[in-house]
Amino acid sequence: MMQSTAAIEATGLSKSYGALAVTRDVSFALEPGCALGIIGPNGAGKTTLFNLLTGAVRPDAGSIRFAGKDISPTDARARCRMGISRSFQVPQPFSGLTVFENALVAATFAQGISEQAARPQAEDALRRTGLWPKTAKKAGELGLLDRKRLELARAIATAPKLLLLDEIAGGLTDAECVELIQLIRSIKESGVTIIWIEHVLHALLSIVDRVMVLDFGQKIAEGEPRDIMQSPEVAAIYLGLDGENTHA
Amino acid sequence: MTTLAETTKRYARPDARALVALLLVLAVVAAPFWAGRAELRLFSEFLSFLALAVLWNLLAGYAGLLSVGQQAFVGLGGYALFVLCAHAGLSPYLAIPLAIVAAGALAAVFAPLLFRLDGAYFAVGTWVAAETVLLVFAMIPALGGGAGMSLPAASVKAIAAGKELRESIIFWLVTGLSLATLLGAYGLLRSRAGLALMAVRDNRLAAASLGIDIWRTRFVTYVIVAAMSGGLGAVIFLQKLRISPSAAFSLNDWTVMVIFAVVIGGIGRLEGAVIGAILYFLLREMMADLGAIYLIVLGSLAILVMLFSRKGLWGLVETRFGWSLMPTERKP
Ligand SMILES: Nc1ncnc2c1ncn2[C@@H]1O[C@H](COP(=O)(O)OP(=O)(O)OP(=O)(O)O)[C@@H](O)[C@H]1O
Ligand SMILES: [Mg+2]
Repeated sequence: MMQSTAAIEATGLSKSYGALAVTRDVSFALEPGCALGIIGPNGAGKTTLFNLLTGAVRPDAGSIRFAGKDISPTDARARCRMGISRSFQVPQPFSGLTVFENALVAATFAQGISEQAARPQAEDALRRTGLWPKTAKKAGELGLLDRKRLELARAIATAPKLLLLDEIAGGLTDAECVELIQLIRSIKESGVTIIWIEHVLHALLSIVDRVMVLDFGQKIAEGEPRDIMQSPEVAAIYLGLDGENTHA
Repeated sequence: MTTLAETTKRYARPDARALVALLLVLAVVAAPFWAGRAELRLFSEFLSFLALAVLWNLLAGYAGLLSVGQQAFVGLGGYALFVLCAHAGLSPYLAIPLAIVAAGALAAVFAPLLFRLDGAYFAVGTWVAAETVLLVFAMIPALGGGAGMSLPAASVKAIAAGKELRESIIFWLVTGLSLATLLGAYGLLRSRAGLALMAVRDNRLAAASLGIDIWRTRFVTYVIVAAMSGGLGAVIFLQKLRISPSAAFSLNDWTVMVIFAVVIGGIGRLEGAVIGAILYFLLREMMADLGAIYLIVLGSLAILVMLFSRKGLWGLVETRFGWSLMPTERKP
């Protein structure tokens, strides 16, 4: 294995909840600056994999290396400080704080800098995600779409090296989706490594370099997007499930 | 674009609030010159209760530490003052800061043990810890055991020779420490640590994944809150001139009533503790003749608030009118 060059590398990750094995012996590696798409049916263990990578949940087995270092023993906070940032599929806003303060928390504590120094970054993240007009609103008053935007804004505001995105394109209009794709492309071009879980396949496929397929907690395929989308296993999983999304 | 009118409005309101607050503080500080003894007692009792409410709110409302053992630190602070004055011959002026340090140190010892417990177990743990401290103090013969002790006359005289001046000074100590607690809490929430505390209050999962050290945030909050509670305990019992284990470590006086007040006023909002403390005292004074009825009213009110407005009465006002007495909002 080419350990030294990978931005992130997971080896043999496993996690069970009681008798339910949610992640089974998942391994992958991703080069710096690359984007990996993760697809799979509901309950396949995609979000759980993110929980393991960010340290929100401890794996039963397996290890994770980030930028050449074994980060398995570190907690979520330490991994954030190293540059791993995520958006939550189910938004987790600081409801009593304003949209601006939400982004400010991210920029301040992810980098360990002063509030003053973090302000420009918080503002930039809100402008890029289109939340700037709502900056003074309490996050608890936002609708679901804006809460998802706020997830993305906070993740960007941390100035990450590795960005984990969990289903951020669902429910957007076509125009909004185009904007989102442009935003993620610009993040990628700035050198950030990206892992993106997404059911809206056309958005995902316009960005990612590789695709990994999870089913029942197992990695069943990984490779070039074109090859993966044509493989019979993937066709079987997605047949009729997300039909409208595969075109467009 | 902000118009001139908007700008004036934005800045005029905090100024008016600050002015009213300043006038109130001046009136309280000057109270020994215009109020009687009974009023002075009531004022200092109210302000120290308000300070305890602010502290418990920081702990439970912000750091998510539902402690029912704050009486351990109030009592320890009180006893530290009496022991240092009576047995070490220190002046009360020196004993008060040492009482603050002692309570903070006890909290720093408790924290690593108690923080292993979650939710209801943490609450029970703090209670057990406080009961243990009470039992220890009740068992020491040199401190009068269960009967307690009085502050020696020499220590009392060390505050000031004249009775009149002495009572004024003690009043200023109690109100000064209480107001410092309120202002300190406000300053904390406006600082970088306060931003972390509010993030922890709203969402622990997100706070941790955005780089906030939750354990440290909680530890620092727990120790500071305990230290200030110890200081308040010291001045509260300095005013009483007598201390006993049951009074010093009273679960009811220093924690349960405080919880009622904060829950009614609004948990997780600084103003909530203030409103809650005011309501508590109004109810208590209005219903003083009816015995313990005010407790029943208070308890029922707390249950109603918990059922219908989790953020308390202040939470209702805040959502409805967007008011803020002590704004902590960061503007871009
Ligand atoms: N904390 C938990 N306790 C018990 N079971 C859990 C827990 N978290 C996840 N699971 C289960 O693990 C399985 C995988 O969940 P996960 O959220 O990782 O799936 P997913 O691939 O992200 O699905 P979706 O596409 O619906 O978001 C599901 O069956 C879920 O019910
Ligand atoms: Mg998921």
